[in-house]
Amino acid sequence: MFASHPPLFSNPPHPREVIMLSKRFRLPNSASIDTFLAHGGYRSFRKALEMTADEIIAEVKTSNLRGRGGAGFPTGLKMGFVPRNSPKPKYIVVNADESEPGTCKDRLLMEYDPHSLLEGMLIAARAIDAKKGYIYIRGEYRYLIHILDRAIEEAYRHGYLGRNILGTGMDFDAYTHSGAGAYECGEESALLESLEGKRGVPRIKPPFPAQVGAFQCPTMLSNVETFCSIPYIVEMGGKAYADLGVEKAGGTKLTCLTGHLNKPGVYELPLGFPVDQLIHDVGGGIPGGRKLKAFIPGGSSCPVLTAKECEGLTMDYDAMAKRGTMLGSGGVVVMDESTDMVKVALRIMRFYQHESCGWCIPCREGTTWLRKMLQRFDEGLGRRHEIAMIGELAKNMLGRTFCALGDAAALPTISIVEKFYDEFERKLNAVSAPVPAPGPFPVLNDPPPLGVGR
Amino acid sequence: MANLVKFTIDGRELEAAPGTLVIDAAKRAGIEIPAFCYYEGLSLQGACRMCMVEVERMPKLQTACTLPVAEGMVVRTDTPQVAQARKGTLEFLLTNHPLDCPVCDKGGECELQDMVFRYGAGESRFTEIKHHVDEKQWSPVVYFDAPRCILCYRCVRVCDEGMGVGALGVVNRGVVAEIAPNHGDHLECDECGMCIDICPVGALTSGAYRYKTRPWEMEHVGTICTHCSNGCRTTLGVRNNQIIRGNNRDSSGINGEFLCIKGRYAFDFYDHPDRLQAPLMKVNGKLEPVSWSQALAAVARKFSDVKARGGNFGVIGSNRTTNEENFYLQKFARQVLGTNNLDHRRSGDIVSLLDALHGQQTALATTADLYQAKAVVVISADLALEHPLLSWQIRANWRHHAAHVYVVTTEPVREDKYSVNAARCAPGQELETLQALRPQLVDEPELIFVFGDTIKGEKVRKLVEFGASLGKPVKYVCLVDYANSRGAMDMGLTPELLPGYRASGMPGLTIAEMLAAEDLDVLWVVGANPLAGASLAARGAFVVVQDLFLTETAQAADVVFPACSAYEKNGTVTNVTGEVQRLKRAVQAMGTKPDLEIIGLLAREMGEAAQLGPWSADKVFAEIRATVPGYNVPLPVILTGGAAQTSPVNGRVEAPARPELIRSARNGLFSSGTLGRYSNVLHSVLEGRRQP
Amino acid sequence: MLASYPPGRQRSAVVPMLIFAQDEVGSITPELVQEVAKRCGVQPVQVEECVTYYSMLRKKPLGKYHVQICTNISCLLNGGEELWKRACEQTGLGHKQVSADGMVSLEEVECIGACSWAPALQVNYDFEHLVTPERLDEILAACRKGDYVEKAK
Repeated sequence: MFASHPPLFSNPPHPREVIMLSKRFRLPNSASIDTFLAHGGYRSFRKALEMTADEIIAEVKTSNLRGRGGAGFPTGLKMGFVPRNSPKPKYIVVNADESEPGTCKDRLLMEYDPHSLLEGMLIAARAIDAKKGYIYIRGEYRYLIHILDRAIEEAYRHGYLGRNILGTGMDFDAYTHSGAGAYECGEESALLESLEGKRGVPRIKPPFPAQVGAFQCPTMLSNVETFCSIPYIVEMGGKAYADLGVEKAGGTKLTCLTGHLNKPGVYELPLGFPVDQLIHDVGGGIPGGRKLKAFIPGGSSCPVLTAKECEGLTMDYDAMAKRGTMLGSGGVVVMDESTDMVKVALRIMRFYQHESCGWCIPCREGTTWLRKMLQRFDEGLGRRHEIAMIGELAKNMLGRTFCALGDAAALPTISIVEKFYDEFERKLNAVSAPVPAPGPFPVLNDPPPLGVGR
Repeated sequence: MANLVKFTIDGRELEAAPGTLVIDAAKRAGIEIPAFCYYEGLSLQGACRMCMVEVERMPKLQTACTLPVAEGMVVRTDTPQVAQARKGTLEFLLTNHPLDCPVCDKGGECELQDMVFRYGAGESRFTEIKHHVDEKQWSPVVYFDAPRCILCYRCVRVCDEGMGVGALGVVNRGVVAEIAPNHGDHLECDECGMCIDICPVGALTSGAYRYKTRPWEMEHVGTICTHCSNGCRTTLGVRNNQIIRGNNRDSSGINGEFLCIKGRYAFDFYDHPDRLQAPLMKVNGKLEPVSWSQALAAVARKFSDVKARGGNFGVIGSNRTTNEENFYLQKFARQVLGTNNLDHRRSGDIVSLLDALHGQQTALATTADLYQAKAVVVISADLALEHPLLSWQIRANWRHHAAHVYVVTTEPVREDKYSVNAARCAPGQELETLQALRPQLVDEPELIFVFGDTIKGEKVRKLVEFGASLGKPVKYVCLVDYANSRGAMDMGLTPELLPGYRASGMPGLTIAEMLAAEDLDVLWVVGANPLAGASLAARGAFVVVQDLFLTETAQAADVVFPACSAYEKNGTVTNVTGEVQRLKRAVQAMGTKPDLEIIGLLAREMGEAAQLGPWSADKVFAEIRATVPGYNVPLPVILTGGAAQTSPVNGRVEAPARPELIRSARNGLFSSGTLGRYSNVLHSVLEGRRQP
Repeated sequence: MLASYPPGRQRSAVVPMLIFAQDEVGSITPELVQEVAKRCGVQPVQVEECVTYYSMLRKKPLGKYHVQICTNISCLLNGGEELWKRACEQTGLGHKQVSADGMVSLEEVECIGACSWAPALQVNYDFEHLVTPERLDEILAACRKGDYVEKAK
């Protein structure tokens, strides 16, 4: 209705998909409350209304649901940290600021099943005794704000939001809140600052949002997919949900297959899915039969893996950690043998430099320096001793920055320089463009543009 | 107090209260953890990443500025990993920092310079193009050089939290982020310069100081600001007998690092071109420069003549001259001239307050009390403009101790923002409005009442009764105008009171009465300007004036003596809260003498010197300590630059208060009586020019 | 909008108010900053802080159709950069530049969340997925003529 693009899901689903979160995607008019109610919608919420807060949290803990935003923190624990007896109001905040490069999964949930998000919020609100919830959506997703606003309006009309919900005495209001272009606002505390009308700069932690979150009150803040998973946990029970996945990570995950693939797309796969099958079966293999060169498991902030490191690897939190990377947000990037890894490193650093909020020194200055250096390497103007320096500088950011953005910029960079050192060497003398004469210091009064020469 | 937490830093076993930050605990133990953004008293940032330390059982380095000590915590600040982290962060910091130290005002006292010297690398590996933006001028006194800025946000916080102004913000994102003023291209604020003062680098520089000197070329003289009554200590940077800057970076004195525009910049009147540098004497109706001996002889002869024939003297003293000068002047008037026609301009009814408080030892609040008290009630005063230090103290108290602030004023004031109750009242209805606050006030464990000049006479008595009726410890601050307004009262510069508030017995004329007395033979004005907007009825009176400038009064004088300013002499002054502090001479102005010396020389010329005693500040202060009740303050405290509160009386004041004489000049931040006219800085800033 | 937030938290509306107002006005004007500051009960400098922080907010108007081409990693691997260069050549515009007639402006943007359908772009708020060079030409032509149909606004 508000979307200009063709459907985002594969139709029919890939046979290896485990359809749960995406079960309503392919229904006609799937975003409407009528479709939702006709296909089991708000049933879990009604069930949750019969449960105590502790029971709900216990089920979520049993489910082994881990946050789907990228950090993978156990959701049940997070819910349990919210002090329910606090005299302050409690809030639900949904992180719909999906902006990790390679990630485009929450769009589907909000576009095709917005009520499942509301249902997840309602169940969580029931568990932590929250009266208000905010869905913080990145500004670029304007059409989803319209879709969610309509869903919220429907839910009010059907008595699932507002005062005395379903006659139970529960009150809950939900609102959408538009961002305006800032990757940093995907960081939970920066998101809260932004929600409060400030610059999206992260807060000192502790305290974590569970204790001091939105408007300085206890808050459960999680990713869209996390909230959408909660109704299924309540419906099937935490144990059954956990069994869908692997040890310590339950359920299914929307996985975004991107990059050099014949069938890129968003697929719902159980945790622990083998990477090899991910690429060659679900993703339809690499175009032209080219070989895999590099693999990013969950958004551009994860350390890059080589083809060799992908052998026998499965898509779950612990398996990834053992290979020195992270499952992240589910944004898989597949790079074939034709890929210029120096360019990839540059593009990743360019992103983090552009999105660095500027709050802390190592991130602000480190990303800028590295971006400038990588730019030179890409143009064939690198110097041999600087190859090692790229890694050293990135390590000077690693673990030293205020929030995880510094690590997000450092980790892929370190991995690329270490694993694809020879590509940097090869580019040393490959001057592709005429060397620009060093002029006087440029006067830049506006933020520098994204284009060449930044 | 809760049990102390035991922990280890660099192998030293330490203890601190729970909640103490590692960076503070280390500092107390003499272990330096470097930091830019951390600043005691301001909110935490964790932004500069310089204070990273190793903590056992924590995988990553931790910022010591956000980490509270915990039982058994083992911290190391001296490991190779920590050193490497500091070095790495400094290397990042220098990438876009222009290395223009040779022309930077901050060079020599720059925290970045110091840190790079101590922890940084010897050479830079950065070979890219630096990000550059041009320097901006935000006001006559504030310049901002963005490339030098390291984004520690101290300025933003001190303006918002410390000053309650919030004139600075951060604009743009990432590497191009910079500090911005509140009005697009310029600042509209208190112009206090706290942002410049607190800047660890040379990003914010002072329009009054920039490019004038290197810091190490100056001598630093700690003295007391001569403008308002708050008595801030200002450390004057002096080079070649010139005051180059004022600040209080060493946090000495009752004001810590605080200074307002007057304390920081408005010393500049001292070398105004209109400054008097030789005695003047009226010759054929015109004031002509004469020698000191001529002028002194003429005045002494006149004084002796008038005294001999039993003529009428009128003596008007100053709110800015020292206690020693005021004491000596009243002694001269009473003992040599034999008159009680002695007065100064009164701006607060301290007499009524002292009388109403008789029998209570500790009912006068100090400046420090305003930072500690659980509750403060501000009545009839705009503290932020008229008493900026007191406002700063109360604000800090609210921030750090969640003090309850109450306001009773006719107009909105800055304190409203953080008050628990900001009550507006019709003029004259302050006490009635205060009554309405009673239900809240009775619940406070302790209170300080700060009141302005509209609370005088009977109202003071009623206020004290109200305070007593609350049944809680209550203290008071009676607001007065200038650096030694309080001291002038204490030293008996009034017709009815002797030093220490003892009755003079035979009240003489007040200022208004002197000006109106047609039979006045001599009017002697020391550091005051009573003829601004007034005239002298006694046309034939011989007028002697001691001043820095040719004021309206000096223009009407027969003899004018060029006097020293507060920055050119020694002595003591007593601030609004009754705290005695010492002036220290910073410079000498050619041709001038301290008022004390002028008075002493007149006494000698008249042959009365023996009676008055030596006119050295120390000797006179010794006499004050010995003879004026309440002024027996501990000498070492004063001599070391400290402040000691006087407790002038502990009984009834046996003379009538004169509430009708009390009128505050209500100087805002950008004026300072007659003296303020000669400060270029006060007139240069937008806010000063806008004043009526 | 102000009512969505808890009492005393009207500052929260600053960013949404700015972006929705920008859609109406075309850019964030000084008057708009003043107005938003007034409505949300903050100092203008605090609004200014946000205006310059969020990359979608702008002080100068862009084209009627703002074409935002993603060149981030997933799009880069699938021809995003070529798409960007082509758009620049087709329009004669560069990053954040507006055509003389005010119809089209270009911006090279960071990840817009269309990674599985790369290369992707947005015309104002409308997504265009799996954009071929031919499709790009069509889009730009439609924008220039003013008959690009927006659905998401």
